[in-house]
Amino acid sequence: MLALSIKNLTKTYPNGVEALKGIDFEVESGDFYALLGPNGAGKTTAIGIICSLVNKTAGAVEIFGHSIDRELAAAKACIGLVPQELNLNAFDTVLNIVVNQAGYYGIERREALRRAEKYLGELRLWDRRQEPSRSLSGGMKRRLMIARALIHEPKLLILDEPTAGVDIEIRRSMWDFLKRTNEAGTTIILTTHYLEEAESLCRHVAIIDKGRIIENASMSSVLRKLKREVFVLSLRNPVAEAPDLDGFDTLLRDDGDLEVAIDSTRDLNEVFERLSRKAIAVTSLRNKTNRLEELFIGLVGHGRSDSAAGSGGAK
Amino acid sequence: MNLRLNWIGFATLLRKEWIRVIRIWVQTIVPPAITMTLYFIIFGNLIGRRIGSMDGFNYMQYIAPGLIMMAVITNSYANVVSSFFGAKFARHIEEMLIAPMSNVTIILGHVAGGVVRGLLVGGLVTGIALAFTRLHVEHPLVTFSVVLLSSVVFSLAGFINAVFAKKFDDISIVPTFVLTPLTYLGGVFYSISLLPEFWQKVSLANPILYMVNAFRYGILGKSDIDIEYAYLIIVLFVAGLFSVSLSLMNRGVGIRT
Repeated sequence: MLALSIKNLTKTYPNGVEALKGIDFEVESGDFYALLGPNGAGKTTAIGIICSLVNKTAGAVEIFGHSIDRELAAAKACIGLVPQELNLNAFDTVLNIVVNQAGYYGIERREALRRAEKYLGELRLWDRRQEPSRSLSGGMKRRLMIARALIHEPKLLILDEPTAGVDIEIRRSMWDFLKRTNEAGTTIILTTHYLEEAESLCRHVAIIDKGRIIENASMSSVLRKLKREVFVLSLRNPVAEAPDLDGFDTLLRDDGDLEVAIDSTRDLNEVFERLSRKAIAVTSLRNKTNRLEELFIGLVGHGRSDSAAGSGGAK
Repeated sequence: MNLRLNWIGFATLLRKEWIRVIRIWVQTIVPPAITMTLYFIIFGNLIGRRIGSMDGFNYMQYIAPGLIMMAVITNSYANVVSSFFGAKFARHIEEMLIAPMSNVTIILGHVAGGVVRGLLVGGLVTGIALAFTRLHVEHPLVTFSVVLLSSVVFSLAGFINAVFAKKFDDISIVPTFVLTPLTYLGGVFYSISLLPEFWQKVSLANPILYMVNAFRYGILGKSDIDIEYAYLIIVLFVAGLFSVSLSLMNRGVGIRT
């Protein structure tokens, strides 16, 4: 079953800006779906339309088969939203914020309190439940918005940059929580600028740029489109200049590490064989940039050749 | 429409508004109590003694219904306009807009909050009035229905103001330049029979005149306006302002891009 179906969705703002130019995409029930794009690409507008916060100009949106034009209440009941901007009532307590949200979805107070304990507990906010939201740290506020979005146990959870501005430890704990939520059956749509986040969490990805979908496929098939990857090798002993590796582009970095660009048709083993022949020992290896990031910049970088992924050479 | 869902949504909004009124009681309850006490002392007691009787009542008794109604009107309006605009400004209005409860429920929940604060402050001002003068309620049903409907009218007006408001200045313009003059000229402090004929006719265009006089009729049994006509005007305002509010919400004016 489709969790979300979008057909020919367009949005033109009163100032004439065309934020969406007829986008189509579908999200299967149970999927973990990344909606990526540079700032101003149209992601938040698309999410706003799906969640009834933005009026569409044209097109059709269905959530679990419910059209937002004909069955708006049923469509809304399926969605939980974690918006990009903090939008908490600063003076309300943590508990009241989630319990009130449950009330807006028709959940009785006793049940809302039970769920509040569950979700605030899982997101480590239960001890702060009587405090006003303004007293929370940035990471806590983000987690509170996730608890608020889940309180009515939606079938589709939409997260618009949920980890923006939170530290790596909290970000990773949020990833674990979202993975468990998805494994429990909730379909998740995620927008993020941390492409490592999208690559590690999501099974499908759509990339939107200037109001159009420019890529939409499974994460694995998208990553296979990378023609070339750049690896950074840490060397046991420093070298004076980048070695000639016969067919592989190399670059000696200022920090003494060696960058090697490898086409997808060739193997890393060949690189190591050539390095071994030159008695150059490698102590560690990493991607210069996240693979999805390389592809992303290749697709939407618009000639930003100075970026690391500019060498990614996506199709 | 899912009635159970919307009933719970309404009850949640009402509870939220009640908590807000109580949480900021220094802003919501104390100021009208102080202001009205000063009105009673200055206009009712000090100046009123020199004015003598009006429509057969001493001046304190005459202005008491008008001052109670003034408190109800201004507090109903202020509650809804500040609460709804505050939610718009801080964007937590999105909590309501993404939920499946209807726009009717969102409007009624906020109006109910305005009515609760209006009646709470109205009750408090009545208590203050009783400290200065004796009030006998001639027509309890009229008194209650008029104060309730008037509170609904100005809660709806506050809602519409909040929908259009883009900054905090916008929520004080109407109370300052429209509501306060209309209230003062709405027969709170005088009978319009004291005015020249031309200004009596002009006063009939002021909706607050009908509310104040209908409420005064409920308490004192005296009114400058025919009571049935006053009810008609008030009910028409309720229906008209509710229709406008619902139309604005359905079109997303001021709340959806």
